[in-house]
Amino acid sequence: MQVFACLSIPGMRKSLLASPALERPASAAEIDRVFKALADPSRRELLDRLHARAGQTLGELCEGLEMTRQAVAQHLQQLEEANLIAVQWEGRAKRHFFNPVPIHEIHERWIRKFERDRLAALRTLKRTLEGDSDG
Amino acid sequence: MASERFVYVTYIASTPQKVWDALLKGEVTRQYWGHENVSDWKPGSRWQHVTADAERRVRVEGEVVEFTPPERLVLTWRDPGAAERTRVTLTIEQVGKKVRLTVLHDELRPGSDMLPKISEGWPRVVSSLKSLLETGKPLDTWS
Repeated sequence: MQVFACLSIPGMRKSLLASPALERPASAAEIDRVFKALADPSRRELLDRLHARAGQTLGELCEGLEMTRQAVAQHLQQLEEANLIAVQWEGRAKRHFFNPVPIHEIHERWIRKFERDRLAALRTLKRTLEGDSDG
Repeated sequence: MASERFVYVTYIASTPQKVWDALLKGEVTRQYWGHENVSDWKPGSRWQHVTADAERRVRVEGEVVEFTPPERLVLTWRDPGAAERTRVTLTIEQVGKKVRLTVLHDELRPGSDMLPKISEGWPRVVSSLKSLLETGKPLDTWS
């Protein structure tokens, strides 16, 4: 309720309306699903596996995992509902693909265009230093 | 030989016809994509992806394989002058109150020069399209 109270303060209204979150109330539920899906390490591992090798079936994704087939199926379902996984049918095979679009939208929301090169430079620096300390 | 395949999906609060028009009409694509898609859209015809500036440089070209408004557009897709010919299938479906736009880019050689362009390009294009249709403003990606 406090949020709506703020909107009625003259002068505040314009700046609040300029924020993407308030312009796009429909995407609030979408973004909740993305963060909930990403909050689980098993689901992140499934995304890593699909990122490394696209188009895997449920059976292929279960290989080498200490999870029941049913648990993997449920995780995949949740990832699909968050739109982090896209599905393509090939005959009777249901193939899964990592869909980066929701994560790209999160990136666009918080990373400004002019920051991107500097952030990439920082990441390279961190990698180089941490790589050196390993060796 | 195994070929690589990428799938990108976004859900847009819009109608199939508006999403279809947003993929084809130059006055819309130049706002969120910085390019225009030019063709007579007959199956077998050539299409070109050209910059929306005065230079009108051709960045991608190919043939129209299937044109079924407002549901399905299939194009061959190659860098001008390149030998490799890939394929893009755009599918528009009504799902509840939203429209699901699926971009399937396949028939890619493993290690293709096109892979980095695709994996950086399509997420930006579909996010920017969604933003334009839902808020009236594209992302600042091409500004």
